[in-house]
Order: sequence, then C-alpha cells, then structure tokens
Amino acid sequence: MIDRADAVERGRQAKTSAGGLRRAAGAVRAFLAESRLNLLGVVLVTLILLLAVFGPLVTPQNPDQINLLAILQGPSVHHWFGTDDVGRDIFSRVLAGGRISIEVAIVILSLSVTFGTILGILSGLAGGLVDELIMRVTDLFLAFPGFILAAAISATLGPSLQHTVLALAVVFWPWYTRLVRGQVLSLREREFVLASRVVGAGTLWIATRHLVRNVLPIVTVQVSLDVGYAILATSSLSFLGLGAQPPSAEWGAIITDGRSYIQTAWWWTAFPGLALALTVLGFNLLGDGLRDWIDPRVRGSLGGVQE
Amino acid sequence: MGTLIARRLAFMVFVLWGVTLVTFFLSRVVPGDPARLMAGPQASAGDVAHISRIYGLDDPLLVQYGRYMRDLSHANLGFSFMTRRNVRTDIAAFLPATVELAGYALLLGFGLAVVTATAAAYRRGTWTDVGGRLSAIVGLSIPAFWLALLLQLLFHTVLGWFPLGGRLSPGVVPPPHVTGLLTVDSLLAGNLGDFTDAVAHLVLPVTTLAAGVYGLMVRIMRTSVIDALGEEYVRTAEAKGLSRWRVLRRHVLRNAMLPGVTVLGLEFGLLAAGVFVVESIYQWPGLGNYAFQAIQASDYNATLGATLVIAAMYVVVNLIVDIAYLYLDPRIRYA
Repeated sequence: MIDRADAVERGRQAKTSAGGLRRAAGAVRAFLAESRLNLLGVVLVTLILLLAVFGPLVTPQNPDQINLLAILQGPSVHHWFGTDDVGRDIFSRVLAGGRISIEVAIVILSLSVTFGTILGILSGLAGGLVDELIMRVTDLFLAFPGFILAAAISATLGPSLQHTVLALAVVFWPWYTRLVRGQVLSLREREFVLASRVVGAGTLWIATRHLVRNVLPIVTVQVSLDVGYAILATSSLSFLGLGAQPPSAEWGAIITDGRSYIQTAWWWTAFPGLALALTVLGFNLLGDGLRDWIDPRVRGSLGGVQE
Repeated sequence: MGTLIARRLAFMVFVLWGVTLVTFFLSRVVPGDPARLMAGPQASAGDVAHISRIYGLDDPLLVQYGRYMRDLSHANLGFSFMTRRNVRTDIAAFLPATVELAGYALLLGFGLAVVTATAAAYRRGTWTDVGGRLSAIVGLSIPAFWLALLLQLLFHTVLGWFPLGGRLSPGVVPPPHVTGLLTVDSLLAGNLGDFTDAVAHLVLPVTTLAAGVYGLMVRIMRTSVIDALGEEYVRTAEAKGLSRWRVLRRHVLRNAMLPGVTVLGLEFGLLAAGVFVVESIYQWPGLGNYAFQAIQASDYNATLGATLVIAAMYVVVNLIVDIAYLYLDPRIRYA
C-alpha cells in the first residue's frame, strides 16, 4: 500500500518534467495493450468527446433548422441520417444531442462527486454520531432502486432536463459517500497521515492535502463507470417524458419524437439510439478497463493474449 | 449468526420506515392541488374544498403522515383516483404480470450468462473471451427503450412473428386466476392455446429486459469462474481424473455461483428500472407501467404505494441475499 502511495506522490512530482510525461504515455500505452476492449473504449470515448466539443463546427446544418421541403427523407448524401417530420437534419441533431449528453453527465457527476466526497471525508474523519447519521442517510437512499427514485423526483419537480440532472445527482451521491468513507477509514491510520498529525497539521489540512488527493484515483474510476449510466438514465427519463422535452435534441427526446414514425421513418429513432448505445458502450468499456487496471486481483488476467 | 440476522431485520424495519418518510414528503411537494385532481376539472370550488376536508388534505403534513402510517399499519395504501380503486387492489392485480416478466428475464439472462462466462473463463485471452466480455458490456449499455423499439420494428412490423404488446391477444379468454402468472395458470387449466399466446407475448419484453441482467451477470461470473479455476480443489479434481464436465459442474460452477447470488440484489435494482421502461413500451399491465402512469397523473397514493412496494421488495430481496450468503458461507455460518 505504501509503495503505491509513494508512486502516486512521485508521479505527481514528476508530472511537470519530461520524464513524467514519458511515464504517463507509457502507462497509457500499457493500458491500451492490456486488452483490445480497452482500446475500443478509448477510441469511442475520444471520438465522442471530440464530436461533443467540435460538433458545432462540423455540423452540416443548424439542428433546429426546419425545412418543410425536405421532410421525412431517408439517409442520403445531403442528410446522412435522414430528416424528421419538419425536415430537421437528424445527423445535426444527433451531434447536438451528444453535446447535451456530455454536459449533463459532467453536471450530474460533478454535483454528486463533490457532495458525496465531502460527506464521505466528514463521515470517515469525524466518526461517532456524525458518521452514524451520514451512513444511515446514505442507507436510506441506497434502499431505493435508483432509477425509480430519480423518476419520482423529476416527476415531482416537473419534467425538465435540469430537474432530471438534479434527480440523478440525488441518486448518485450516496455511492460516492460510501466509497470515499471506506477509503478515508483506511487512509487515516496510514503513516503519512499520522505523521502529518504528529507534526501538528489540522484536520482541514489533512482532509484537503492528503485525503482528497488519495481518494481521487478510485473516485475517478467510479466516475468513469458512472458516466455511461448517467447518460443512459437521462435519456431513458427523457424518453418517458420525465426529462428533456421536445424540441430538445437530447437523444431520448428525439427518439420519443420519432417513435410514432418508426414504421415509415426508422432512421429517426435508429440513429440517435445507436449514438446513445455507442456512447454508453464507450464509457462502460473505459470504466471497466480502468477498474480492472487498478484492481491487482484481476490485473493481468484480462484480455491480452497470455493464456 | 442469529444476532446477525436479527440486526439485519431491525435495519430493514428502519429502512422501510425511512422509505415511507422519503416517498411521503416527496409526494406532498408535488405541484398542483390533489383535491382538484380528484374532483376533476369540472368540479366547483365547493366540491374541491369538500374533498380536501374529507381526505384531510388541509391538515399539517405531520398529521397527514401520521394518518398515512396508521393506514399503512392496516395494510391500507389509500385510494387511487386514476383507477378509482384501492391501491392495494391495484397492486395485487398488476404485480403478477411484473413478476412473470422479470422472472423469465432473470432466468434467461442468468442462463445465458453462465454459458458465456464459463466459455470466456475457460478460453481466457482468446477471441471467445473478448467477444464474451464485449457482449456483456453491450448488454449493459444498450438502451432498453431503444432495443424494445427495434425489436418491435423487426419482429412485429417487418417479420410479423410476435405481437406488439400486452399479455394476451385481444379476444383470448385468460385462464382462471390461480397464481396470476399466465404461463403457469394456462398450463394448470390445460389450455395450450392460452399458453402459446402468453409465451408469444413474453418473448420480446423478456429479451429486452434480459439484456441488462445478462451483462451484469457475465461480468461477475467470468471473474468468479476464473478464480475457481485457479483453486487447489479444481486441480485436485482434475488430477483425480474426473471428466471436464464433472469438474465444471461439481467444483467450478458450484463455487462460482456464490458471487452470482450476491449480485441478485443489484440485479433487482436493474430489473426495477428496466421494468419501468419496458412495461410502458410493450403496454405490459404490470407494476412498472402502473407506477409510471401514476407519476404522470400525479396520483400520489398510487405513486406512493407502488414505490413503497418496489422499495420493500428491493429491501427484502437484499435481506434474503444477505442471509443466503451467510448461510452459503460456512466460515460465517459456524462463526
């Protein structure tokens, strides 16, 4: 354990130097070589992020541009993914939807990670009554099937994308509190934290200097596992009418829109759904790969070519 | 072990109480006047006030919560103005459809997952393994609502093999109610026509729902089969000259199942979410569809009742899983 903390510390110091960069590049290469699925995940996620950032630059048309002269057209050179019932270009809308999904995932996970991590550190450091209280509250939230709770919350607040984001953040934070608390419980007995305390460091200093940094890797892996689920849940809620509302280009909302035309205009539902499936797949592959990568028990037993 | 179970039970009661607390207060912040919804849009202001008084909707929230808990202790979940029936009656009517759907999905997903996971674990690092792992992640990643629409398009609209939705074709007389599971009841009544019809209606929704179950299970089982394969007792069994099949069945799978049992709780959460989406697309008259319609109609007794029952089942399933785990692991059983 100490070895790894040392390595993390050294890695941090080295990050600015050329040697650190080279080592980071080496780690990435090793991660990609470990399994073909890791490579697939990284490629998909990179592509999706690039399209989300630069999508508006390459988008052939304004995603909300109505063109009544070109309604319900099948895929063609002009409209790669076809058009909908008011002639909007589905490809442009899928690109716009990708940006929405990424933004949504960032907000949901930032909210739940921040809130969950603060409470987790508090719970782990304080112990006693505070710990008990926080843990029982997380138990309560975890006792619900998450999706049902999120659906109920967004319906209660009134269907909109913002409320869906909030509802999913409410569903996600307890997982992070649990995860971080567990880490803090083991970290706070470790030499470098005890040493810091002996030297007279305050609790706040220890929490921000040592704990946050050391729970970061495991939280990052959890985030990478949750991104796909956050995007999927958002779209599912939008599809059910509990999230983003048409004419939003959110993928679930586009599919709801196109659903009644599925027999005549399959491309309207097929392409946004495919984009959603590939996005979730990419993040799940990456998250899965990362989790196995940091888990020494499974490490080395996955993918690759060693028999 | 007795005290462990007792503690779990006490904890379950606490969680269930918390569930009522969260759902109750969540349902009371719903915008809109429930009395107005119950009375209908044509009702006069006087009627609305009357309904408010009858149902005590003007009382302080804590008083209302006290009343709700009192009713709950008599297993009374209140009245649904959406269906104009008791919520308990509704739930009893809709639950079997969901149990049937989720049960078959669990069986199908689990069965396929054991095969894939075993094949992947035995041929670790080969394309079989990569393909198996990929199929699992695809199963977890594919949006259920999208898969449902595609399956409907392909197998109903284009090929015409399976019906679009519902539990039975219109005009088919359902078998006499025994368990509420149509496949079982129709067989009990010896009605093969009903049975075939029920199965045809089950195929698409069960497949949709099974995808996620399969994905989660393959991930867990593959690792546990790999772990089991590395154990001494497996090597011993092989050294004794047992056939590969026997080693797999008696030694590898039997031990690899344990982690599979522990994720049943997780699977249940996944199924609850899936049921919600899948039932609404396939017009499946189950609890998920009921809850969804109740949420949309702001029918809070129905929403509350359905959420409570789902959460209660979730808690109970997790309790059973915990106890089963304690029981299956002799190190804990005899401690």
